Amino acid sequence: MSTMNGHMVQFKKVTKRFGTTTVLEGVDLEIGAGEVVVLIGPSGSGKSTLLRCINALEQIDGGDLIVDGISVLAGPKKVREIRQEAGMVFQQFNLFPQLTALENVAFGPRQVRGMTKADAEALARELLTKVGLAERVNHYASELSGGQQQRVAIARALAVRPKLMLFDEPTSALDPELRQEVLRVMQALAEEGMTMVVVTHEMAFARKVGTRLIFMEHGQIEVDGAPAELLDNPPNQRLRDFLQHVE
Amino acid sequence: MQFDISIVVAALPALLQGARLTVLITIAGLTGGVLVGLLFGLMRAYGNALCQKIAFAYVEFVRGTPIVVQVMFIYFALPMLLNVRVDALTAAIVSIVINSGAYIAEIVRGSFLSVPRGLKEAGLALGMPAWRVLAFVVGPVAIRRMTPALGNQFIVSLKDTSLFIVIGVGELTRQGQEIMASNFRAVEIWTAVAVLYLCMIGTLTYCLRRMERRMRIL
Repeated sequence: MSTMNGHMVQFKKVTKRFGTTTVLEGVDLEIGAGEVVVLIGPSGSGKSTLLRCINALEQIDGGDLIVDGISVLAGPKKVREIRQEAGMVFQQFNLFPQLTALENVAFGPRQVRGMTKADAEALARELLTKVGLAERVNHYASELSGGQQQRVAIARALAVRPKLMLFDEPTSALDPELRQEVLRVMQALAEEGMTMVVVTHEMAFARKVGTRLIFMEHGQIEVDGAPAELLDNPPNQRLRDFLQHVE
Repeated sequence: MQFDISIVVAALPALLQGARLTVLITIAGLTGGVLVGLLFGLMRAYGNALCQKIAFAYVEFVRGTPIVVQVMFIYFALPMLLNVRVDALTAAIVSIVINSGAYIAEIVRGSFLSVPRGLKEAGLALGMPAWRVLAFVVGPVAIRRMTPALGNQFIVSLKDTSLFIVIGVGELTRQGQEIMASNFRAVEIWTAVAVLYLCMIGTLTYCLRRMERRMRIL
């Protein structure tokens, strides 16, 4: 369905308010299959909210938002379909603490894809190996480092076989040396052609892996273009100031 | 005055029978109390405005009145109001169900709401329906968190059964009182009764501790 117009995600004049504060103000944005979109901007600019609207963790107040051919306004059943196509990785990992790494990853396919326990665990083992955690399958979240937890979280999201991956500041809660192991996994994913939307402050990642950089401010998209170009020659003062603060 | 152990030995069969009834009322009452508590606790935590109000009213009503008054009402007043017969044992069990249910509802509400929101979001983000997220993501963590408070309530409820002396249920305290009334050996009888309560609660505590050790609190 998504390939009919080539868009994986389509924001149409999307508005989002929290109480009296407008967080997204008539955002128009189209994201094609295979793009790696890096979202940057000062805190409160609406970048996380924009990301969370894509899988309807936040409900939009105006406009429309189409994900893989389905509107986020189409009701709970359709929203669940969107969420199965759009994997999400959180800043705080949010692993299920009562489950081992293997069970965390096998959980999604068993719950929403109707996979048998054996099949789901085989898939989980494969994905944990892919993120470099083959040795840690039987560990609980509390027994893993932050970087390891985040890699389990990525495997968990991938286990549902999504077409699109959403990352909400995936490395912000990590020590610098642990960030790289997570960023490497994300880079590998991008190289496989996964469509990704990433909220981050990792400018090196944006330049190296991103195919598109979006700078947000006050709930609007201020700048949208090729990462290297924007980072080398920021087209406006606000982006220039922001980049100075980040680097 | 001397402690005569033969008095205790003679009273023991009757006291043990009372203890059995105490255990029966406690187990039956708490089984119902946990179910009622889960229902009203979840209603208060996640229900719509009406559900929340109903659950709130129930909890406030029970917490605002003594359990002795509650059991008197169920045993003496309710039959007159509804024209039904309620035997003492049923009244005792229903009292524990209703009374512990209200306190357990608060324990359930608190522990479910204490689970970090991120876990719920992680479940929803996988595409699970909300009720499944509650049952399989938030629930298992919440249940672990409620065990200490739940254990406390189990102990309180077990001891509350002694108040059913007022409606003549032959539980442990009532048995002790009856024996004491015939032989006036207060020291032996109340010591024996106290030790039996200690044994029952000790066993309960031991089981709870083992359970907690087996499932780490998260």
